[in-house]
Amino acid sequence: MERKLLTKDSYRSLITKLIGQNYQVVAPVKKDTMIDFLKISSFDEITEDYIVTVSSAKTVAFPRNEKLFDYEKQNKKLTQQDYDFDSIPQSVLIGVRPCDAFGFHSLSSIFCWDSIDKIYTTRLERTTIIGLSCNKADDYCFCTSAKGSPGSTAGSDILLTKMTDGNYIVEIVTEKGAKLVADFSDLFTADGGADKESLLAKVAANFSVDDVLAKINSKFEDEAFWTEQAMRCIGCGACAYVCPTCACFDIQDESHGGKGHRVRCWDSCGLSLFTLHTSGHNPRENQGQRWRQRLMHKFSYMPDRLNTIGCVGCGRCSRACPVDMNIAEHCMSIIEN
Amino acid sequence: METQNIYLPYLMQIDKVSEDAPFVKTFRLKFINPEDEANFSFQTGQFGEYSVAGVGESTFCIASSPTRKGYIECTFRKAGRVTTALSDLEEGNTIGFRGPYGNVFPIDEWKGKNLLFIAGGIALPPMRSVIWNCLDLRENFKDITILYGAKSVADLVYKHELREWDERPDVKLVTTVDPGGETHDWTGEVGFVPTILDKMAPKAENTIAIVCGPPIMIKYTFPILEKCGFADEMVYTTLENRMKCGFGKCGRCNVGKTYVCKDGPVFSLKQLKQMPDEY
Repeated sequence: MERKLLTKDSYRSLITKLIGQNYQVVAPVKKDTMIDFLKISSFDEITEDYIVTVSSAKTVAFPRNEKLFDYEKQNKKLTQQDYDFDSIPQSVLIGVRPCDAFGFHSLSSIFCWDSIDKIYTTRLERTTIIGLSCNKADDYCFCTSAKGSPGSTAGSDILLTKMTDGNYIVEIVTEKGAKLVADFSDLFTADGGADKESLLAKVAANFSVDDVLAKINSKFEDEAFWTEQAMRCIGCGACAYVCPTCACFDIQDESHGGKGHRVRCWDSCGLSLFTLHTSGHNPRENQGQRWRQRLMHKFSYMPDRLNTIGCVGCGRCSRACPVDMNIAEHCMSIIEN
Repeated sequence: METQNIYLPYLMQIDKVSEDAPFVKTFRLKFINPEDEANFSFQTGQFGEYSVAGVGESTFCIASSPTRKGYIECTFRKAGRVTTALSDLEEGNTIGFRGPYGNVFPIDEWKGKNLLFIAGGIALPPMRSVIWNCLDLRENFKDITILYGAKSVADLVYKHELREWDERPDVKLVTTVDPGGETHDWTGEVGFVPTILDKMAPKAENTIAIVCGPPIMIKYTFPILEKCGFADEMVYTTLENRMKCGFGKCGRCNVGKTYVCKDGPVFSLKQLKQMPDEY
């Protein structure tokens, strides 16, 4: 993989130039006590003081709410205004951790399963992902158990690794990344040959998602097991909202007078109304069944049907969980039981 | 309309409304854009998303047969928000339709066989599509028997079509209502669908059974078919689960790893027995 060097001053120039050229630049920004991906208008808004952001980077391709089309009703007539694909901006996504970048593989596998969701794919096509290797991790991180690593290039177009002098090793991963480097070639200098591995955080691989997959199908019918697993779960859905691979959504209409739009918005399999039929019948009527769906989808159905994993080991769901459920512990309990 | 947006519905005009039972209506829908109509085709068993702008989308089967060109029909019971809004609409109104989605009844494989249709209540609509499809290709099949039951006489849908089937010499129709649901002039059977089926004792040889109904009816119907000697691969049903997208993305309708929207909604009893009890 081609490597370059980007000094901290050149990094500032790069971002400033991208903003100047009307790219939508999205980066981790500290807002109150939280760090999240936001659109920035100046380099100084960017922070690197995070292990992972609170929410994932998925919002760039799969926003929390996406207007699918507009409509207008007049008497008996209905007219529809199609989604404006031209409105999707060229974006550069900065500071994406390798786990988040890898998450786009999972999302894409869902949004491109047979019928292509062009809204999602166009958003992603128009986004250049500049990843940032992890130089620190915490106890919630388990990327190395989920086929990732703190310095993995998978999913990034360019991966930056910060060196002790504040400059960055640049790894050019995709053609899109190469194009960005070529467009600003004066900012990138020759690789100094620094050892990337020594700069990375250490994340212990406590289990393997392959072992979860090998075991989880046999647990499907074990109601007591899932009841115990989900004993604490209050079904708030926070885990799905912060997850870089959760793609489940709802479709709702928003109307003002005769005008309105149909909206796709995030949903969660953990919510009790998710599968409720109008008749009152609910195929997943208790939280144990809903928690089972969450884990089965990520660790069994997605590998089986889409040949990808539905978890990247970022640990966000565990950090966000109000009742302190830790997904890595739940995975290990599946393997052990 | 040429679009890359898989969520954008076709605009459909309500051409005809019929009230089939209390709270149950059938819409005949025509494409507003002739290009849409020209490009559209479906097969029996498939479903769609029907929408009222400002209220939302609802999932049900296409209740008409693909052999009847120029329109599609849907039958729904006024039950939730969207079906209530749909039910308030009248002829000339415009609604949205996305589809067709899902797999189909394998009627080509049924050539030369007897067909036994067993339906209960509001589950006749998905079966009506395949019934008419087979009747329109009548020479392809041997005996056609339809057993249809509802809670009461009033709840039987498609009453005029039931009469039509009854009068046809090439169809055997048995209708039944639950005990207590009969009227004084009711000439059909009285009893639950599985009970009547048991009495009919259909021959399994060279026969395909297609079962659609509420879960409780299905649960008690399968063992009777089994008793009559029907092999699991000779019995078909169509599943309904809550859906939003219809094409494997929204994450609601799966039964284990099986997606009702993509792998179904039509399943053989053999497939159903391999699926977990999550529907």
